[in-house]
Amino acid sequence: MPVIDLANPTRFLALVNRVLPWLVAVTALVFAIGLYRAMHAPDDYQQGATVKIMFLHVPAAWLGMMGWVVMSAAALGTLVWRHPLADVAGKAAAPIGAAFTFICLVTGALWGRPTWGTYWVWDARLTSVLILFLLYLGVMALYWTAEEPGRGARAAAILTLVGAVNIPIIKFSVDWWNTLHQPASIVRLGGATIDASILVPLLIMAGAFTLLFFTLHLAAMRNEILRRRVRTMQLLQAQTLSEAHT
Amino acid sequence: MSFGPHADFIVAAYAVTAFVVAGLIAWVVLDYAAQRRIIGDLEERGVTRRARRKE
Repeated sequence: MPVIDLANPTRFLALVNRVLPWLVAVTALVFAIGLYRAMHAPDDYQQGATVKIMFLHVPAAWLGMMGWVVMSAAALGTLVWRHPLADVAGKAAAPIGAAFTFICLVTGALWGRPTWGTYWVWDARLTSVLILFLLYLGVMALYWTAEEPGRGARAAAILTLVGAVNIPIIKFSVDWWNTLHQPASIVRLGGATIDASILVPLLIMAGAFTLLFFTLHLAAMRNEILRRRVRTMQLLQAQTLSEAHT
Repeated sequence: MSFGPHADFIVAAYAVTAFVVAGLIAWVVLDYAAQRRIIGDLEERGVTRRARRKE
């Protein structure tokens, strides 16, 4: 099937229905391996067993940011090419990205208390991630409260592209400002500074979270396409009824 | 496997994550079932996605 055919919602739905069961199975398998490796990873020499929170916190942080990158690409598709599937992709990604960002914030607080002695500090990294979470809520509000889906999609796309400025700020906040949050220790020019016994389970968990994100995203896109079909059918039903009464 | 003196924080982090992920899964599964049900109801009443041409 040519890639351009996926732009057709009906063909996209057929592909999702075929791919989704396999994605669910692979995601569950990778999660099982990742959780097993995470639970059997050695304690950190400084943080002890609390390093196990990292196997959730870091992938959730990555996926929280990746969700916004996916939405930004979709926003371009909405504003430049006015493609209906781009709008569907953006709307479906917002709650998932928000949920991962929420997990990042909560697990970060639970990791911070025993490690730093505080649940929260208004430093650049934590604050910029909180802003990302609030931006997600803003985009969701625009999508869900718009009476006409097209108008809500355009407003949400503009907010998404404006909010994309926050992504490099989150990434480089630990380099640009003096923060309590540690600097990058995995994605950095000099290579990862984490021992392989902890890095490997972390990367497996990151793979599992990424698979989960795309599985949920495809399922949510399928739901959104069906929701738009419902709306079309309800409008046609209302039109037919009003014609019958005149 | 021991979680040491900070076991509560570790267990809470995994519990919150499991709860949120379960919520996301429930959201997509229930939403899918709801949309399929509404489409089924509309189709039973003879509503289609194509407007009828005027005679």
